[in-house]
Amino acid sequence: MRIEINGEPREVQEGLTIGVLLETLGLSERPVAVERNADIVPRAHHASTQLHEGDKLEVVQFVGGG
Amino acid sequence: MQDVLTIGQHTFDSRLFVGTGKYKDLDETKAALDASGAQVVTVAVRRVDLSKPQDQALFEYLRERKFTLLPNTAGCYSASDAVRTCRLAREAGMTAFVKLEVLGDPATLFPDVEQTLEAARVLVKEGFTVLPYTNDDPITCKKLEDIGCAAVMPLGAPIGSGLGIRNPYNIEIILKQSKVPVIVDAGVGTASDAAVAMELGCHGVLMNTAIAGAKDPVRMARAMRLATEAGRLAYLSGRIPKKLYATASSPLEGVIGSERA
Repeated sequence: MRIEINGEPREVQEGLTIGVLLETLGLSERPVAVERNADIVPRAHHASTQLHEGDKLEVVQFVGGG
Repeated sequence: MQDVLTIGQHTFDSRLFVGTGKYKDLDETKAALDASGAQVVTVAVRRVDLSKPQDQALFEYLRERKFTLLPNTAGCYSASDAVRTCRLAREAGMTAFVKLEVLGDPATLFPDVEQTLEAARVLVKEGFTVLPYTNDDPITCKKLEDIGCAAVMPLGAPIGSGLGIRNPYNIEIILKQSKVPVIVDAGVGTASDAAVAMELGCHGVLMNTAIAGAKDPVRMARAMRLATEAGRLAYLSGRIPKKLYATASSPLEGVIGSERA
């Protein structure tokens, strides 16, 4: 199914959870935050939140800054 | 009794807060942060670049050295973006400690006061410990304090400008009226600027470019550490008043006879 992550379209498998997606991206051990359709999905819910066709995700992290 | 800085639930020995941006590389970042003696560092919140493998060495270092992260809302031009960024920062970093920054203009990077106040109201209500970047206007600082911000952070001069404390008189008025810590944030260029801010009575100084942009950032970080400490000590020592005329430092009695005609 097609979703969008950080403004880029991506093809992912049906029933993919946020938890598995982050693992695939190598982000499961990192301090990141995930927004799904403009709502933050708390870390505790990553494993149980399944994505749907057309979902727009924002995945952010901390970077150097002033 | 130790001279510590208390903001919200946090207590710090170092009154120098530093940014983690604009360094040449990770080694320079680490060396400069170490030399600065800072305990609080700012970080930005940005999209993960999914096209490259993630390098989290900086954050591993910050975590290992137990820095307190102060996520900022740099790049936000609206209250809603700033609020959203803070919520994401809280989720990512498991910290409610945030530097609120809502910009009004890309050339000056001056804060949009109206949007900053609006964002501050929402964030305080949501339980954040808000440190707002603001202009050096006592009225705005009072409003931010009344809203419930944990500190106020008036700029010395535009971000990255290196112009120092352009309006020390305003900073002094802000200090006289504030019951929350006042931290000068933005515009510091060299060591004396940090010392001046601290001599006025500021509770801390926040800087990034002054260190990262120096020709020798590690040495400048050390200079800033010393300057911040020196300025604080001078403030606590109670300086002499400024006078128009001289007062001799050596005794007037017992001066030997002079050869003057």
